[in-house]
Amino acid sequence: MLDVANLTVDFRVDTGWIRSVDDVSFSLDAGATLGIVGESGSGKSVTALSLLRLHNDRATRLSGRVSFDGQDLLALPERRMRELRGRDIAMIFQDPMHSLNPVLTIGEQIGETLRIHQGLDRKAAQVAAANLLDMVRIPDATRRVTDYPHQLSGGMRQRVMIAMAIACRPRLLIADEPTTALDVTVQAQILELLRDLREEIGMSVILISHDLGLVAEFAERVIVMYAGELVEDAPARTIFEAPAHPYSEGLLRAIPSADVDTHRLYAIPGRIPDPGNRPPGCNFEPRCSLAQATCAASPPPLDPIAPEHRIRCPIRSAAKEVAE
Amino acid sequence: MARLIAFRIAQAIPVMFVVAVLTFLLMHLLPGDPATIIAGDMADQAAIAQVRHDLGLDRPVAMQLWLWVANLAQGDFGTSLMLNQPVAEAVLERLPVTGSLAVVAFLITIPTGIVLGVIAAVWRDTWADTAVMLLALIGVSVPNFWIAILSVILFSVTLGWFPSSGYVPLQDDFGRWLASLIQPAVVLALFQIGYLARMTRSAMLDVLDQDYIRTARAKGVSITITVAKHAFRNTLMQVVTVSGYILSLLIGGSVVIEQIFAMPGIGRLLVQAIMARDYPVVQGTMLMLGFAFVFINILIDLIYAYVDPRVRYD
Amino acid sequence: MTDRLASPAEPQPVLSPGATRRRILMRRLWRHRSFRIGGGIVLAIALLALAAPLLTSTEPTQMNLRARFAPPSAEYLFGADNFGRDIFTRVLYGARISLWIGCASALLAAAGGAMVGMVSAWFRPLDGVIMRIMDALLAFPAILLAIGINAALGPQVTSVIIALAFAYIPRMARIVRAAALVVRELDYVDAARVSGAGGARIIFRHILPNCMAPLLVSVTFVFAYAILAEAALSFLGIGPPPPDPSWGNIIAEGRDYSVQAWWIMLFPGLAISFSALGINLLGDGLRDVLDPRLKVEA
Repeated sequence: MLDVANLTVDFRVDTGWIRSVDDVSFSLDAGATLGIVGESGSGKSVTALSLLRLHNDRATRLSGRVSFDGQDLLALPERRMRELRGRDIAMIFQDPMHSLNPVLTIGEQIGETLRIHQGLDRKAAQVAAANLLDMVRIPDATRRVTDYPHQLSGGMRQRVMIAMAIACRPRLLIADEPTTALDVTVQAQILELLRDLREEIGMSVILISHDLGLVAEFAERVIVMYAGELVEDAPARTIFEAPAHPYSEGLLRAIPSADVDTHRLYAIPGRIPDPGNRPPGCNFEPRCSLAQATCAASPPPLDPIAPEHRIRCPIRSAAKEVAE
Repeated sequence: MARLIAFRIAQAIPVMFVVAVLTFLLMHLLPGDPATIIAGDMADQAAIAQVRHDLGLDRPVAMQLWLWVANLAQGDFGTSLMLNQPVAEAVLERLPVTGSLAVVAFLITIPTGIVLGVIAAVWRDTWADTAVMLLALIGVSVPNFWIAILSVILFSVTLGWFPSSGYVPLQDDFGRWLASLIQPAVVLALFQIGYLARMTRSAMLDVLDQDYIRTARAKGVSITITVAKHAFRNTLMQVVTVSGYILSLLIGGSVVIEQIFAMPGIGRLLVQAIMARDYPVVQGTMLMLGFAFVFINILIDLIYAYVDPRVRYD
Repeated sequence: MTDRLASPAEPQPVLSPGATRRRILMRRLWRHRSFRIGGGIVLAIALLALAAPLLTSTEPTQMNLRARFAPPSAEYLFGADNFGRDIFTRVLYGARISLWIGCASALLAAAGGAMVGMVSAWFRPLDGVIMRIMDALLAFPAILLAIGINAALGPQVTSVIIALAFAYIPRMARIVRAAALVVRELDYVDAARVSGAGGARIIFRHILPNCMAPLLVSVTFVFAYAILAEAALSFLGIGPPPPDPSWGNIIAEGRDYSVQAWWIMLFPGLAISFSALGINLLGDGLRDVLDPRLKVEA
């Protein structure tokens, strides 16, 4: 259903263009769930926004192909793209505090999606909005529709965002760090809600997070991004139990676990390189414990090492081959 | 809401008190002896002493201040020397003129400035943006009275489109009232339009950068509706906060504009009083204007509270 | 706005961090277009004012009754006024008074505002009272405040300067107070206090330097505004007194003849507009480079 091929995103800065997402390819079947994982600055959110073309046109250059049901979204005229947004592909964002318009009631904001795409009048939209609030388990929904965002808690606001996103029963929902800004207990509830709604509506979901554990728990398939590149693409089980890329390993070790009594939390040493100042070879080489001289020489390719499993690390690819 | 109104008024009282004290000090602590000046160059010591006594200037300053505030509390703003009339009465008589001028200019400024600012923000970095920013720059660089004189030469003297001076009261004739106001009001507004456009532009750019704008776009809302519905209302709230300042600036500007168009308003009274060394009028007019500005600020705060749901529901 | 990212490190002689920072700022300023244009205009006008005696052979107050209302010509470049005085000469010399008034009142306002702002930020018990007074003054548009103060002081150059400075002290004080309150809470100020530095030392060593950027920006805007305000005060008859020319009083004197002898008021008006424009452009540049988030308005 969704097939992203060689997606590349450049942003304009004062000194020219910098590459934010570099040649990313992945695909997603109808009804499937995909997780995208990486630290901040890895390009995961930029990738997600590119699918809906929500970047500032004048400062962004997109290339590659994003085909959704066979049509290339990057080549679609803006008007057609607009019809698709919110109706076929919906998105929820990280910060529910700022993602809702402070001067419009939540009923108006949820209803707006329906009014645009299904031509509902104000009254019908209001009723539908109340039903949606009910669906995302906001108590006392009919009374709540006239509330303004500031009257709701963070978790409630994220539910409103979700209600807004599922209003037209989209086929793909992109959730960009939907729980990062929330309390831990609320996080679990929101994920639970997303999982239930996915089944109920039968939509595909792309879940973006920096938290590998959360993604692996939710998604069937996971891609790991680092410095704008896709570095590992595998089924969630594989990533969680036997990640092949040293970066994925690092992310996994960084998850605080309840059963192991670790007093010190692991963190990958070093920092993600600046987009304008990336190393000539493998982007992860400066932080990698496996790094060899060849790693710094040229950018590594993305190699398949098993069915449904690709990594961007020649050292591990070779080791795997030897092992077989 | 009622509590908010009460709170704001309670807050304004100390400010008004300070305004009253400051206008008093303005005339009393500065060098120069009003009695000598008022009595005139020819006056002898006895005449000066008489004036000083009449004005109560021979009493201790603290006593005078107390009397000033006590009189104010009873609505007594002093008595004019040149007009032989209570200051409050003289100011209120002229209020319709200055009020009409400022309000008409305000009604011109607000929509024009907002529209220009929105245009500049939406078409950022295009010729339209440059033109609006240039207008704003000219507004803070060209003397308004100079433009007013040039405008009179062009539109009144050469083209004969508008009367060059005078004021026709509203109750006499609406058409002539408007005709007498249109030129001074436009000139007065011109300078605030640029300022407002600049404020609106930066507020709009700020709003367009917010997450909820991205949310709206992700829902499939068109750019036009995003700007008109989602961005505009948020921008407007920021504009409300500067509109009180703009109204104050328009009232301040009308002092000069009234001179050029010979309009018998409060500004002209103030200038005449300065020339005639009518200290009570200068003092009283400044004070009444100060109260008006404080009142405008309260009004704007209340409007803001009404427009912003975050305040309205608290 | 022109370059948000600092340029990549270039080989530099060893300088103190402050000096390097200043050099980077200077370079950025120089690259800022409106700063260059504004700076050019201001420099040109200042040079013209200084070189006035070299550019004209007459005195600004010299009357020539035969030349009354002479229109602009080769002899009287900008024409002559009702006393036959050369407007070109008067505008050149007028620049001295007008620019002096603008500059002096802006600096005085900054100094006064810095003092009030510091005191307010540092001596918390006074803060409430001082800020209420500033609020009361801020309720008035600056021009009205200047009119009121000058009405009491009388029409003289120094009183115009004092009046304009006072009119702008509240705005300056607010800026300095805000900056000082931020700096006050920073760790190194705490450190200085712990190591026994006195109030005055902390103010001059730590707080004042950190208020310089917003203060400098507002000084330029007030400078421009003061030139306009001087003209307005002159026009109302409470500006610098004739016969010595200021741009404002040339216009005021020419006002009665504005229809027949438009040149009397046209040229000083242009002079005011150009210098205010130049100074405002300069201020825009300073604001963009020194602190892009700053929202200082004249």
